[in-house]
Amino acid sequence: MAADIKVDQTLDCKGMSCPLPILKTKKAVEALTKGQVLKVETTDAGSKNDMSSWAKRTGNEIMNVEEGSGTFTFYIKKTA
Amino acid sequence: MANKKMTIIASKGTLDMAYPPLILATTAAAMDVDVTIFFTFYGLEMIKKGNADNLKVSPLGNPAMPMPVPIPTLVASLPGMESVATAMMKSMFSKHGVASIGQLLDLAKEAGVKLIACQMTMDVMGVKQSDIIDGVEFGGAATWMDLAADADINLFV
Repeated sequence: MAADIKVDQTLDCKGMSCPLPILKTKKAVEALTKGQVLKVETTDAGSKNDMSSWAKRTGNEIMNVEEGSGTFTFYIKKTA
Repeated sequence: MANKKMTIIASKGTLDMAYPPLILATTAAAMDVDVTIFFTFYGLEMIKKGNADNLKVSPLGNPAMPMPVPIPTLVASLPGMESVATAMMKSMFSKHGVASIGQLLDLAKEAGVKLIACQMTMDVMGVKQSDIIDGVEFGGAATWMDLAADADINLFV
């Protein structure tokens, strides 16, 4: 499914802890235009819940989340 | 929709206790919340020029302090133990990819977090306005109260 998503920008937050993945995601999404997609990779186990709370609060859409071995990949569409 | 508002009173000046206000402030700003931090008493240490990354933590009086081996209180009071505990905590944070206090402070400013220093505690503790980093406003309890009365979230750290 994720393979079908056209990614406009990629952000590597692997190895970073709270709150850096959220702060960097916010900055990266701000630089996009509406409708574009940001792919974010994290290793922080808290980021799964954090990212969904952030998206809900800021009105952006998480299109898909992939869980690998200790990594999370989020596909975030700028909708706000 | 108008942004939510939050104020945080930062009253502690140790390395560990500088984290919560700055983590919450930067995260809230990233979630479209308008944030103000009011620095008072020892919280002023965070916003003194060149001091953000020089904060210390003491193992004294904190049985929860994680040390590699249990340290008796008498040993924790020896000279140099504060530096040991501080170095240890800094290395734990950096190993886990946690930003430093200085980085978080910069990120907070960049995200538009409003910083206010308590003028009364500055006067009492002999801190001059020129000792404080740029971009900070100065005020007292009424300044915070006015903001807090209109805020959705108010925290005291």
